[in-house]
Order: sequence, then structure tokens, then C-alpha cells
Amino acid sequence: MNIRNNIALSDSGFLFDPSTGDSFSVNPIGMEIIRMIKGGKTDPEIRQYLLSTYQTDEATIEKDYYDFLKMVEQFHLIEKTDGKEKD
Amino acid sequence: MEKKKINIAISGLNNVDSPGPGIPVIRALRESKLYDVTIIGLSYDSYEPGLYMEGMTDITYQIPFPSAGQEALLNRLAYIQQHNPIDVLIPNFDAELFNFIKLADRLKKEMGIHTFLPTVEQFEERHKANLPEWGEKYNIAVPKSRMIHSVYEIANLHHSFTYPLVIKGKYYDAGIAYNHDQAVGHFNKISAKWGLPIIVQEFLKGTEVNVTAIGDGKGNMIGAIPMRKQVITDKGKAWAGITLDDPTLLDFAAHLFKETHWRGPCELEMIKTAEGKLYIIELNPRFPAWVYLAVGAGQNHPEAIVSMALGETVTPFTTYESGKMFIRYSWDLICDLKSFETISTRGELKL
Repeated sequence: MNIRNNIALSDSGFLFDPSTGDSFSVNPIGMEIIRMIKGGKTDPEIRQYLLSTYQTDEATIEKDYYDFLKMVEQFHLIEKTDGKEKD
Repeated sequence: MEKKKINIAISGLNNVDSPGPGIPVIRALRESKLYDVTIIGLSYDSYEPGLYMEGMTDITYQIPFPSAGQEALLNRLAYIQQHNPIDVLIPNFDAELFNFIKLADRLKKEMGIHTFLPTVEQFEERHKANLPEWGEKYNIAVPKSRMIHSVYEIANLHHSFTYPLVIKGKYYDAGIAYNHDQAVGHFNKISAKWGLPIIVQEFLKGTEVNVTAIGDGKGNMIGAIPMRKQVITDKGKAWAGITLDDPTLLDFAAHLFKETHWRGPCELEMIKTAEGKLYIIELNPRFPAWVYLAVGAGQNHPEAIVSMALGETVTPFTTYESGKMFIRYSWDLICDLKSFETISTRGELKL
């Protein structure tokens, strides 16, 4: 999975999709996740980072993290190749 | 570089909740890097706000309604020409365009007034009622539609359409009908206001996107800016919008210009489906009221139209800024009754 190249993310967590004109707000953890995805981190690396940085457990991380990714996917912020989403 | 002094006549000064493009076009021309413009406003009604806006028109003349015919318009322009010679004229109302297109050659030869307008054929064939034939002729995707002349025809629509449907007036207004009763309601309401025929159109589910663009009449697109409406009024007009970075929209527009050889400004109203397929739902044969957004994004289309009207070669725009927004606002102008009296009785006004 990768966030589309033209998606802009500001320091305030404002996310803008220039191809649709849609804009979104993400909280600081959402910003961190999006930046890590854009930076090429893998799923296990991101989950490990979240587990070691925040006071939570693996099950909660897994649930919230995949919930967030699903939302990002639903808003078409994922890069597509040949009509298929990159994993 | 010294700017060229030029007198430009502009109509569409009705800067109301469903605004005409006149004031945005004037603002674009006032920011021209090529022309030092004197703006001659052309109005139809003493209540058009553009008449009273400081810094917009230098002088405004009332002109006869389109229904008065081409000779009446020609006579009025001849009068204006004696007092404030017009170099270029940009008409901005759908209803007046036919007369200006028909008069374009005479305006140029007899009065030296330049225009850059679509041909009569281009203007006529893209009417809403002709859209299916137009789409087929130029290989452009359009929604399935047909004209109806009687409310009784609605009962048989289910043979060729499925609900929901869009019920449209020939020139203006539209409503979405989810069943027969709603279709009858829209038919009666729209036909009472705008006449017959009524256009029944397939409802396309997707995002509406618009493009303001200009063509050179030889198959080339000179400029194009795509926009998505962010706030829409109850009349369906954009109250806020944002420029998009979507190459598929520009490719689609370029294909349209290549096929149709459209000449002059236009607004393409499109639906982009969830699958990414684009359909034209309307082609408006003039600048849209949001054309000033194009200037804000880096393409001054009205300036380019003036150059093309003067026969100059214009290099196509290749870039613009995406993520540029516009938001309209309302503002109460305080005017002297004297100004209203002058335009109402003398038919011309200089603030």
C-alpha cells in the first residue's frame, strides 16, 4: 500500500486530494501513520512503532490501525496501478 | 512592455445569486498584462448590480432584449460606436449569443467590432435537446436523453429509462425524479416557467466536475481549468469551488476541442462516475460565472479571447495551480437614486 504521490499533508494534519478537491483532517497519530506509509515503512514496522510509542496493546493497535487504513482506502487516497490498489 | 489601449464591451453584468459572467470577465481584463482596458458595459436591466460597482465598467449602455431582433441590436451598437468605439465585444448571456453570432461578420466589417464566438452550427448542435446526436457525431460520451412535449409521455418512459431520471428545461432548470409522480411535478413546474420541450435525461451517479476552457476554432484547446463545486446554491450554482489536478479531465476536454473545433469560450459540465468514466451533461457556449478562478489559477482566459478576437496568435496555456479556491459573497452596494434614474431614463450611465 502507498499513499498517492499528489496527496498533500500539511503540518496541521490537513490532507488535500488535488484530483478530487476533497480535503480531510487527521489527528497527530494519523499524520504519523500517513507519513510513515509515504516514507515506505512496512505494516509491521508501523505497528511496532505505534506499540513502542503509545501506551496500548497489540490487539488495539491492530484494530485501530487497519480501521484507519480501510478509511484511507475508502477515500481513494491509495495509489493505484492498472486499476488495482498497491499492497 | 507598454500595454495596448483597447475598448472592450461586456454584457452579463447581473452579479446576482445566479450570476452572469460579466463582472468576473471584467476583473480578468482589468488584470491583463497585455491590455489597458476601457470597459463598456452592456446591460438589459437597471437592476443589474454590475452597473453600480465602482471600478468595473467605465460606462454602461442599455441594449435591447434579444427578442427585439438583430437590427435593433445593430442600431444600438451603431449608436454606442459613435460615442465610445468598441474594439472587442464579449457577450456573456446564452440568450443573446445567437444574435451576436449572426451579426459577427457585420460588426467587424461595418463597425470594426471584433468578436471570437462559436459558429452558428456549433452553437445550435450542442443544445441540450440535441446532446445525444452531438455526442454520437463527435464520439463524446453523453447521458442517454430524449425530448418530450407532453406530460402524458412520462407514463411510457419506463420502457426506455429507469428511475431516477433528470427532468430538464430546454434552457434552464432541472430536477431529479425518483418516480412517475415526481417526474410529472418537475415537468409541470419547469415547462410552466421555461416552455417546451422538456428533456428527460438518464441520471448518472458520480461527481459533477466543470471545466472552463477556450478553443481556437481549429481543433486546439488554448486553455482549460477544471473545478469542482464545493458549495452549491439552491439554484445549483457554485458558491465555492476548487481547481483540480486531474489529467483525465484535460484529456477529455482536449479531445472535445479536437473533434468539434469549438471556437471561443465554453464551460463543460461533466459527471465523473465512480469507475472514472466522464460524460458531458452540458456545454455552455460562453464563459462561466466562475471564470475568474481561472485567472487566480494562472490562466487569464478573457485576455486570451481578446487577443484571438484581434487575430493575434495565442500560445496555449500549459500550467495552472490546483487547489485554488473561490468563495462568493454578497455585499450591499449603496447607490444614488440619480444613477438608477440616469440608466433607466437615458439608457446609459457613467459613475
